[in-house]
Amino acid sequence: MLTISQVGRRFPGGTEALRDVSLTLARGDFLALLGPSGCGKSTLLRLIAGLDQPDSGHLRWDDGRPPAAGDIGYVFQDATLIPWASAAENVYLPLRLRGIPRDQAQADVHAALAKVGLAGFEAARPRQLSGGMRMRVSIARALVTRPAVLLMDEPFAALDEFTRNRLQLDLLGLWRDSGCMIVFVTHSIYEAAFLARRIVLMTPRPGRIDQEMQSSLAHGPETRLDPAYAALVAQITRAMEQALESAPGSP
Amino acid sequence: MNTALLPSLFAALAIAIWEIAVRATGVPDYLVPGPIAIVRAFVADPTGLLVSLGSTLVVTFAALLVASTLGVLMAMAMAASRLAEAAIQPWAVVLQVTPLPAIAPLIIIWVGDPFTSLVVCATVVAFFPVFANTATGLASPPPELADLFRLYGAGRLRTLVLLRLPAALPYFLTGLRISGGLALVGAVVAEFVAGSGGFASGLAYRILEAGYRLQVPRMFAALVLLSLAGVAINSGLAVLGRIILRWRGDA
Ligand SMILES: Nc1ncnc2c1ncn2[C@@H]1O[C@H](COP(=O)(O)OP(=O)(O)O)[C@@H](O)[C@H]1O
Ligand SMILES: [Mg+2]
Repeated sequence: MLTISQVGRRFPGGTEALRDVSLTLARGDFLALLGPSGCGKSTLLRLIAGLDQPDSGHLRWDDGRPPAAGDIGYVFQDATLIPWASAAENVYLPLRLRGIPRDQAQADVHAALAKVGLAGFEAARPRQLSGGMRMRVSIARALVTRPAVLLMDEPFAALDEFTRNRLQLDLLGLWRDSGCMIVFVTHSIYEAAFLARRIVLMTPRPGRIDQEMQSSLAHGPETRLDPAYAALVAQITRAMEQALESAPGSP
Repeated sequence: MNTALLPSLFAALAIAIWEIAVRATGVPDYLVPGPIAIVRAFVADPTGLLVSLGSTLVVTFAALLVASTLGVLMAMAMAASRLAEAAIQPWAVVLQVTPLPAIAPLIIIWVGDPFTSLVVCATVVAFFPVFANTATGLASPPPELADLFRLYGAGRLRTLVLLRLPAALPYFLTGLRISGGLALVGAVVAEFVAGSGGFASGLAYRILEAGYRLQVPRMFAALVLLSLAGVAINSGLAVLGRIILRWRGDA
């Protein structure tokens, strides 16, 4: 669906955020970008979203054109909701920006909120919601356009562990139901192992892809107790340690 | 209840002590009048003072209106273009640091019309807080939220209308409140400068006039009116701000 070829990105000021990054994304993938902070994960995600342009290399979508507005959903580490607007109004935003009238959008907005378990919270303001609920609104906002691609940048990093575990499970359900492709940025090995089918290890200075690992876990509520999950975590941990040791300027 | 009661009690106490001290020491009225003498001076000619207060207030609110309109427009121009920012910012600062008495005579000569020149002077003083606060508010949304608008294809104008302007509202209201008090100060200072030019009818002129005639209690009466007006403007704008934000659901 998307082919990323030898992409490089150097910021003014000299930071080489990405060097020679190649990656192929297929419809329905659940891919984790895993690596320590500063290895260019967010930069890569912004390139995929079209919010930033590479200095070298290129990104090519299957149909040759960059996706239209609404084909990509984006979730940030903070929920980044509009504080003066209700949950429903926040979820309506992507549709509103695409010129869809409020009354026509209402069913979709309610469905999106219901999908993330927030039916009945349409009128709530962000400040009345817990961190986990705010993140759910943020996910509903990303899903309301039924995007083919969902980009998530450490969406659960600021949540407590119980909320995080819950949301991870719910996200797996949403992924199965919607069939969209998810690129999930995280610096947690556990999270990457729990969620993703494809786990891409990145190393910093300059940001590059070290290797990719596959997961064939069952991905369900029992996964965390599955010995195969522990084995995968161990395997990723070892690979990550090796990658960081051999990387220049390792911590 | 306590928050309103305690300050009022202290004020009453201070006024009582003032009256007692004036009587006990026997200071003549033309040096330090007591509260009762001040009230008597006011009652002797309430219309004269109140008409003057009205004239000062008209200048104040006209200036506040002009200052907030100009302030918001210029802040918007700055948010829209870097060029405008480079052009406006230094002048706004120059305007802010220039003492009004230093430029008021020039303004009065140039503008000619008494009312207009007073309004221009007060505007100069009132402009900066509402302008600077609005500019800060327009820049206040997190970059992720602005990215989201971009992702959904919103241009600068839609982002301004749907994100930056609403985000600036609480900042604008704070600026407006500060500017309200300053507009009154500016109006009075301008009246003082203009007073000797012979076309003033505001409270400052009453103070000057009473001063020439050594009617110190009347000077005080005018001064008290001025303070009360300042407090009323400040708290009036504060209440207005709270009502608007509550209506929007911010608080
Ligand atoms: N807009 C920018 N300007 C300059 N440097 C940047 C910018 N964005 C990111 N960087 C730098 O690029 C590197 C990679 O950043 P980022 O992609 O945010 O990493 P990660 O998301 O993996 O933590 C970091 O060293 C960061 O400081
Ligand atoms: Mg990041």
